[in-house]
Amino acid sequence: MSAKEDENRPSPEAMLRLARAEEQLTGRGRLRIFLGYAAGVGKTYTMLEAARQRKREGRDVVAAYVESHGRAETDALLEGLEIIPRACIRYHGVLLSEPDIDAVLTRRPHIALLDELAHTNAPGSRHEKRWQDVEELLAAGIDVYTTVNVQHFDSLKDIVTQITGVAVRETVPDSLLDQAAEIRLVDIPPDELLQRLLEGKVYIPEQAAWAAEKFFRPGNLIALRELSLRRTAARVDEQMRAYMEARGIPGPWPAAERLLVCVSGSPFSERLIRMTRHLADEMKAGWHTVYIETPDVGRHARENRERVWRDLRLAESLGAQTATVSSASVAEAVIRYAVSHNITKIVVGKPVGSRWREFFFPPAVDRIIRLSGPIDVHVVSVTPTFPDADLTGAGPKTPVPVLGYLASLALVVAAALVSLLTRSFIEPVNMVMIYLLIVVVAALRLGRRQAILTAFLGVIAFDFFCVPPHLTLAVADTQYIITFVALLAVGVIISSLVSKARERAEAVRDREEQTNSLYHLSRDLASTADIETMLEAVLKNLGESLNAKAAVILPEGDHMRVAAAGRGIHPGVKEMAVADWVFRNGKEAGRGTGTLGAAHFLHLPLQASGNQLGVLGIKLGSESDYRSRQIRRLLDSFASQTAMALERIQLSRQAEKSQILQARENLERALLNSISHDLRTPLATITGALDTLRERVHTLADKARLELLDIAREEAERLNRFVGNLLDMTKLESGAVKVRKEMCDVEDLAGCALTAMERRLGDRRVDLRFPPMLPPVRLDMSLMTQVLVNLLDNALKYTPAESPIEISARAEGESLIIEVADHGPGIPERDLKRVFDKFYRLPVPEGASGTGLGLSICKGIVEAHGGVIRAENRDGGGLRIVVMLRL
Amino acid sequence: MRKDNNPPRLLIVDDEPPIQRFLRTALDTGDYVIHQAESGFAALSAAVATRPDVILLDLGLPDMDGVEVIRRIREWSQTPIIVLSVREREDDKVSALDAGADDYLTKPFGVAELIARIRAALRRSLRQAEEPVFLAGELEVDLSRRRVLVAGSEVQLTPTEYELLRLLVVHAGKVLTHGFILKHIWGTAYVEQPHVLRVNISNLRHKLEKEPSRPRHIITEPGVGYRLRADY
Repeated sequence: MSAKEDENRPSPEAMLRLARAEEQLTGRGRLRIFLGYAAGVGKTYTMLEAARQRKREGRDVVAAYVESHGRAETDALLEGLEIIPRACIRYHGVLLSEPDIDAVLTRRPHIALLDELAHTNAPGSRHEKRWQDVEELLAAGIDVYTTVNVQHFDSLKDIVTQITGVAVRETVPDSLLDQAAEIRLVDIPPDELLQRLLEGKVYIPEQAAWAAEKFFRPGNLIALRELSLRRTAARVDEQMRAYMEARGIPGPWPAAERLLVCVSGSPFSERLIRMTRHLADEMKAGWHTVYIETPDVGRHARENRERVWRDLRLAESLGAQTATVSSASVAEAVIRYAVSHNITKIVVGKPVGSRWREFFFPPAVDRIIRLSGPIDVHVVSVTPTFPDADLTGAGPKTPVPVLGYLASLALVVAAALVSLLTRSFIEPVNMVMIYLLIVVVAALRLGRRQAILTAFLGVIAFDFFCVPPHLTLAVADTQYIITFVALLAVGVIISSLVSKARERAEAVRDREEQTNSLYHLSRDLASTADIETMLEAVLKNLGESLNAKAAVILPEGDHMRVAAAGRGIHPGVKEMAVADWVFRNGKEAGRGTGTLGAAHFLHLPLQASGNQLGVLGIKLGSESDYRSRQIRRLLDSFASQTAMALERIQLSRQAEKSQILQARENLERALLNSISHDLRTPLATITGALDTLRERVHTLADKARLELLDIAREEAERLNRFVGNLLDMTKLESGAVKVRKEMCDVEDLAGCALTAMERRLGDRRVDLRFPPMLPPVRLDMSLMTQVLVNLLDNALKYTPAESPIEISARAEGESLIIEVADHGPGIPERDLKRVFDKFYRLPVPEGASGTGLGLSICKGIVEAHGGVIRAENRDGGGLRIVVMLRL
Repeated sequence: MRKDNNPPRLLIVDDEPPIQRFLRTALDTGDYVIHQAESGFAALSAAVATRPDVILLDLGLPDMDGVEVIRRIREWSQTPIIVLSVREREDDKVSALDAGADDYLTKPFGVAELIARIRAALRRSLRQAEEPVFLAGELEVDLSRRRVLVAGSEVQLTPTEYELLRLLVVHAGKVLTHGFILKHIWGTAYVEQPHVLRVNISNLRHKLEKEPSRPRHIITEPGVGYRLRADY
């Protein structure tokens, strides 16, 4: 291949992207978005027009939620379209209506119309947001048409807020927009829009009247229009690029850039993330978001963590690859990550601290820049022009540790007392040590602030009591300033070190606990062999590690069933409905999530190898646990372990079943082969003999002729016996044998058998031993004759021609015992039981033939009589078959 | 055998051509005249037309059940009927015999056996006190003088035993069902009490057979009845 062609070949990355995209799209519905830059441009109208067109073409269209706001033209378009009644939800006395998703899913149209993609559903709806409803419909394979304004794009939220001055509250994740099959821009010139506004044709809800005034200014509208045009163009550009890449068409696309943005837990990270997304879009680059977890987590630990978690999820929804890295140094970790992931540009926020702070604690930015090497660093301003309306409160304030301060005071007082008492005979130089001591104690035991207070008060007390002039705060010797500063420094440093060490120890301990609990879980799971034990182990571990109660809900037929539950856990009908939803959609729901958040439990799907296996419903100890990222991470690990164990048990059961199936198939095949052989062999002889007779009809000597005829006849009889055996066996197996019992004499029985075997017995000696007054016994004469015939047949075949066969009978207690014994070689001990198995044949040197069914037929008949048959070796050599029948 | 020179007429009824061919070949020894029918109705009309001396009948006929054929023939004729059938269940045998068949052979059968049965059947149908003495091996039964000899020496039988033996002799070669025997000897009240029969058979055997446990004369047909062997 020439170099030129090589260039044009689509890169493996491109192919992979395409393949993945295609894969995701199979089975999913297609999303068509009608995009406008403001309310009133006519999105709903256009959507309805398109829907009617589709309906005319024969597609099945329903309106799940179309808001006409009373506009006559829009209403007219709705006519003729099937409208699915909305679900009404009462909230605080107000009746709200939302689309009835279940009704749409049951109805299964080709296309569903849902207006207002960015809408927030009423509390009590299944999902928090309308776009989540749309996601569910798409996942179920239903196409969706929807409308949205450009300001609702997550990545553009900040820009729009900047442009219009009105905060954007409801957003839609860009990922949804990116995977839309088509975005149709509905556009009218701003002048026209304003005209329509004046004519009252644009719907503005009452509450928003003020905002609308601010919003609907020509400048804003023009800017918004440009934004929407640009965004749509960027999308088309993206599509074109993908098309060209997939086909190896050379085009002017830039080298692949990769961006990295760092989340710190500060409230500005969110803006930073959106900014980076915007940059990534413009550069057509992939981007990563990383959070460096340092042990140095301050007192705002909890708020920080929550914010970090939210930021990371936001980044994910905007299309970033996220990661959390633990490290002592932020800068080093960032650079390490950047290098290992081939980052080309790092985005950081401008530091906002004061010069002083910067002096003592150089911001990480500087170090990052210094260590960045060949990687570009973009420093972005994140100071908002107006307060960020989305910033949540600073969280619960930690209560002022009054006790700690009092303790500091007490320490200082104690030290002062000591210095007072020893002032006369101890130099101040040495006295300082006592103050040093109390500062260290305060740092170790009380905390940073308390240590600082102790240092401060201690210095004052030292000055007051020990430094001349005494009892004043004046300082005679300026050298003592060094002491003061030193005390303070020591206090601060030690308390910092101690608190860092403590936090690190805590973090390590937390992690160790987590690892422990996961280890315990996997150890318990590895040893379980059945589902019940496994589920018990899961519940026990959840309880022990997380103080959580749970229920494992598994599918049974077409509904869900609680397979195991902790004590006191009884998921009600509503919880089961949530679990059902989770199972069908493979996404988490319930307490602490954005879907069905009003449930009592948090439901996690149990998935392994892409298969849905069940649902884990969890009730945590405290409310805040539902939002703790650590606990959620641990729960996810638990869920995946459980799912894998479930899968393992299911797979091993399957393996067992297929093994059994395989074994049975093998046996059946062997049987068929055996039967086929046994039937065909005599036939071969018969055919051969008759053929020969025919062929050489004139040339054969009489003796030869007779011999052939005899052979043919014997083999025919043999075949008849085989067939008889098979038929008998089949009858016995299918239960078609009716035992007709009548009183019989055993002598008579033996006689019948001997008569039937007359010819074959020939000269063989058969000894009969029957005591004179043998009681008659109830049995089916012809069946038992068959039994004796088979036993005699066996004896004939497997014993030498001169050895006698003995038939004897006797009564013992409640049973009649019939024995058929021979003087042959007998049977090896281990085979005595197996000899009654179907198709069991002893390997006999001179191929004595037989189907191997004779004895099993005997067994079947005897047992049908309620009797017992067994084989044993005689003392003098030979086999004895013993039949016991009830008298 | 018959005094005149008309060979006995056989009617062979079977719907399977191969069986017909084989039977014809086997029996075409010059001793018999053979007629054939392939269905129940054909059999009935052939029976009327040819007036056979023995009928060989297959039960599995296409147009009507063999037992029905037996019944209908028995309405106007006592011609011996030998049933040849694959059906080996006792019920089938018993119902055929009760309907009037004289004997029953299960396919596949030996030709020698068949010929022996045919001869036995002919003997019965032709016997008219011509052969008052029955001979089979060492057994000799003189019906006119009521004497039973085994290997030359006389055997004492109870009246019931003699009656039983007589019945068997009169129907020598033919299988008699339990029910038939009980009815004829003891009357209908005893039909459901086979042990009576059993005991008597057992006694007879002990008196007449060389090895009672291996009877050569009085043969048990399991589940059906008994037969006195005539072709020793």
